[in-house]
Amino acid sequence: MARTRFVGDAGLTLRMTTVMFLLGALFVGLVVVLMGVAAGSGYTGLVPVIGLVGIGIALYQWYNSDTVAMKAMRAREVSPQQAPELHGMIDRLCAMADMPKPRVGIADTRLPNAFATGRSPDRAVVVVTTGILQTLDAEELEGVLAHELAHVAHRDVLVMTVASSAGIVAGMVTQGAQYGAMFGGRGRNNNSAVPVWLAMLVVSLITYAISFLLLKMLSRYRELSADRAGAYLTMKPQALASALQKISGEMNTVPDRDLRASQSMNAFFIAPAIKGVSLRTLTSTHPSLEQRLEQLARIQAELSRPTG
Amino acid sequence: MGFLDAILGRTKPKQANLDDLFGVPAAAITLQASLGLRPTGQGAVCYRAAGGAAFAETEQEILALLRGAADAPDVRLSHDEFGYTWLVVDDDPEDVGDLCTDLHAVNTTLAGQGFGPGLLCSLIPFQDATGRRVGLVYLYKQGTFYPFVPSPGGTRQRESLLERQLRDTLAAELPVEQETSRWLALWGAPGL
Repeated sequence: MARTRFVGDAGLTLRMTTVMFLLGALFVGLVVVLMGVAAGSGYTGLVPVIGLVGIGIALYQWYNSDTVAMKAMRAREVSPQQAPELHGMIDRLCAMADMPKPRVGIADTRLPNAFATGRSPDRAVVVVTTGILQTLDAEELEGVLAHELAHVAHRDVLVMTVASSAGIVAGMVTQGAQYGAMFGGRGRNNNSAVPVWLAMLVVSLITYAISFLLLKMLSRYRELSADRAGAYLTMKPQALASALQKISGEMNTVPDRDLRASQSMNAFFIAPAIKGVSLRTLTSTHPSLEQRLEQLARIQAELSRPTG
Repeated sequence: MGFLDAILGRTKPKQANLDDLFGVPAAAITLQASLGLRPTGQGAVCYRAAGGAAFAETEQEILALLRGAADAPDVRLSHDEFGYTWLVVDDDPEDVGDLCTDLHAVNTTLAGQGFGPGLLCSLIPFQDATGRRVGLVYLYKQGTFYPFVPSPGGTRQRESLLERQLRDTLAAELPVEQETSRWLALWGAPGL
């Protein structure tokens, strides 16, 4: 009987699944090719070792992600006594979302930003900067916190760590192959036309490049997905939208100046020549503000669908 | 959230679980017998108002429903500094069952229109002979109750010992929240 205003986004899920699948296939492909190349040259033992070291480093980073990120941002953890409003807000959001409360940190920088990290929802930490506390009002801040809590609930740190493993291994092998170019290959007689290290270098570089693009794509989908979850949690897509606009500083996406007021300027306006795929949209970790606002607008429409 | 949902970034909003509210009248009798706490006749539902016209319509519907009854209670809306809305029902202190029916109606209407994920808690304040106020809080997402007792004098401190005593008293009547980290304070809540 209870009807829901929550609509799933099948397209987003589908795109995310595809990217995850491609990343997995890429990883398997890389290992198989490297093993094949190495098998012909006596380096067989080397590849798994390099791979394991790479994944080990990634796992270590993931395991300590909360402390590492806090240190990198020079954030300090704050107690409920030190920041009662911030804690109160997160308390309530967690009660609505039914999730364990993360630790809360504040970083002293004027840059308006916020991030969430930690190896699991139980060990997560949500950090906001003093800049964002000054820039946003309470409602907008809540929207941002809900977005970060969604990252925690979606285990995005874990997902991105796992997803980046192919790229990490490829990167490690690239370096290993460069050493091979310097030290190996000279003393021994190699009958094959292409040196093993060169083949490894090329394969790893290609893998790295593809995985780089796929990862950025995945990251953008995760952001969209966190936006969605955050907006449904606070029930106020508008608050998150205005927070995003403030943070990104692209206030002019939706101009609040009257059209008629800028009449004399209209003659000089030029439309962007090419809109669509550019290097920037392919390599950025966050979706464009336009895309995020579009999605929030759809959620807003769904929430205000008439009753009855 | 399952593993697959985590991988795919899927979210399903947690829906409210409402049926336990009708256990409150029995609990009120226990509280009165063992600790001398009487219902104040007030009760409040705390929720997050969604943007847009649909929510405003639903809210108006609820107010009309409550005010339209024969022995209509006094109903008002208030907004707190966290951006939540409190719908406060002021009913007959002798009839807790009626109050619970009202609170239940508010919640089912909101949930029925798809705003269930926006529900935070319901609060039923009690009072003893010395005027000390005690809140019984119902957490929707958990479907559990917990006690909230602010110290008199508005110093933002809680009487943890009395809260624990209340928990043990109520354990037989109501599903009580076992994790004390979920016992959120509700400073300045209406009726406390």
